[in-house]
Amino acid sequence: MAKKSHVQTTINGESVEFLCEPRQSLLEVLRDELHLTGAKEGCNNGNCGACSVILDGRLVNSCLVLGVEIEGKSVETIEGLADPEKLHPIQDAFLENAALQCGICTPGIIMSAKALLDNNPKPTEYEVRYWLAGNLCRCTGYDKIVRAVLDAAEAT
Amino acid sequence: MQAFEYIDAKTVSEAVALLGEKGDKAGLLSGGTDLIVQAREGKKNLDWIIDIKSIPEVNELTFDSNSGLTLGAAVPCYQIYANDSICESFPGLVDATVIIGGTAIQGRAGIGGNLCNASPAADGIPPLIVLKATCVIAGPNGERELPVEEFCTAPGQTALEKGEMLISLKIPVPEKNSSSFYLRFIPRNEMDIAVVGAGASVVLDDSKQRIVSARIALAAVAPTPLFAEEASALLTDKEINDDIIEEAAQAAQSIARPISDMRGTAEQRTHLVGVLTRRALNGAIERVRDAA
Repeated sequence: MAKKSHVQTTINGESVEFLCEPRQSLLEVLRDELHLTGAKEGCNNGNCGACSVILDGRLVNSCLVLGVEIEGKSVETIEGLADPEKLHPIQDAFLENAALQCGICTPGIIMSAKALLDNNPKPTEYEVRYWLAGNLCRCTGYDKIVRAVLDAAEAT
Repeated sequence: MQAFEYIDAKTVSEAVALLGEKGDKAGLLSGGTDLIVQAREGKKNLDWIIDIKSIPEVNELTFDSNSGLTLGAAVPCYQIYANDSICESFPGLVDATVIIGGTAIQGRAGIGGNLCNASPAADGIPPLIVLKATCVIAGPNGERELPVEEFCTAPGQTALEKGEMLISLKIPVPEKNSSSFYLRFIPRNEMDIAVVGAGASVVLDDSKQRIVSARIALAAVAPTPLFAEEASALLTDKEINDDIIEEAAQAAQSIARPISDMRGTAEQRTHLVGVLTRRALNGAIERVRDAA
């Protein structure tokens, strides 16, 4: 086993340090070391988007980032989205539109939607559908998700 | 995932020295969207992962109206399609970068990695071939350059020798009245691997009715991406009409030697080479005419 590395990083605005093996993905570090279990493991190879997080402002699949790579960087996960008092407008729009069923894809899709709206506050339906193409959902048929993201864009 | 050591290389010489020392047991990490999957699935047995993203040269993205584009090997797709000079001068490259994976993949994956992964179906490689890209390679004996169409030698295999790494791609300034186009066939709308891909670049005369020169390249119809040299040469100094485009498309079909697999049969792929070559050529021609 390779020696563990010490990593100093920022997660959801808070300074965090942890030890991890080089072979641990960012997803494994978030879930197993930091107990932030919002990001989900789906395919573990970059196809499904269930593990989507925002790394230095860019949407990434956390299963395809090594934990050691985030030294000095900033990560946003679903856990950092809501205020203690109220949900984020994207979360409200997902509830309002019933844009989730089993919920496994939801944290990834919401982070993906956040990255979209941070980048393009008033996307068209076409832009929403293409941006979210890397996030698979086996329950909803996507339409409710797309409507929720468009509503969230309208509300912010 | 298998255990390995991680090294954050700071300079080209450090990475080259490490590669020379560790050999096949070392893998270079830029976007990681292929490498990490291959390590996890045991397709690559690595004791060392050398991260190259701290090396300044591999992050270079500059366009100079004399020397052209320098595209560092680790520059991710999103930086390529967000770059106004690239969108204006090399639209065929942008066509590929917006369809490689989805948004999250494009946040990490780059064209340099797409090339080094050497998949026959790589969307990034045909545009590089038609844009006359040159690979800048560093190794134990210094730097060398190689035309991009000579870089891939077999599926997953490249012309990189032991201890060598890709530093950047150089693309010359586009000629007057020129443009480029890339498209692929997939059975979905997005997030898929090309059944066939075709790229084209054209240089037209001032009337925009005549092709001065053209280049055609194909993906997913041979063990490596192909430069369709004879098909390209057929178009040199030719009046633009459906017949000459068809002739070039047929010449491109004649060099395709596809396999049948889960994505398509050899017969379908050969058919698609004709369709996509026509569309890529017409797409590039339309872009020159629209730019007037």
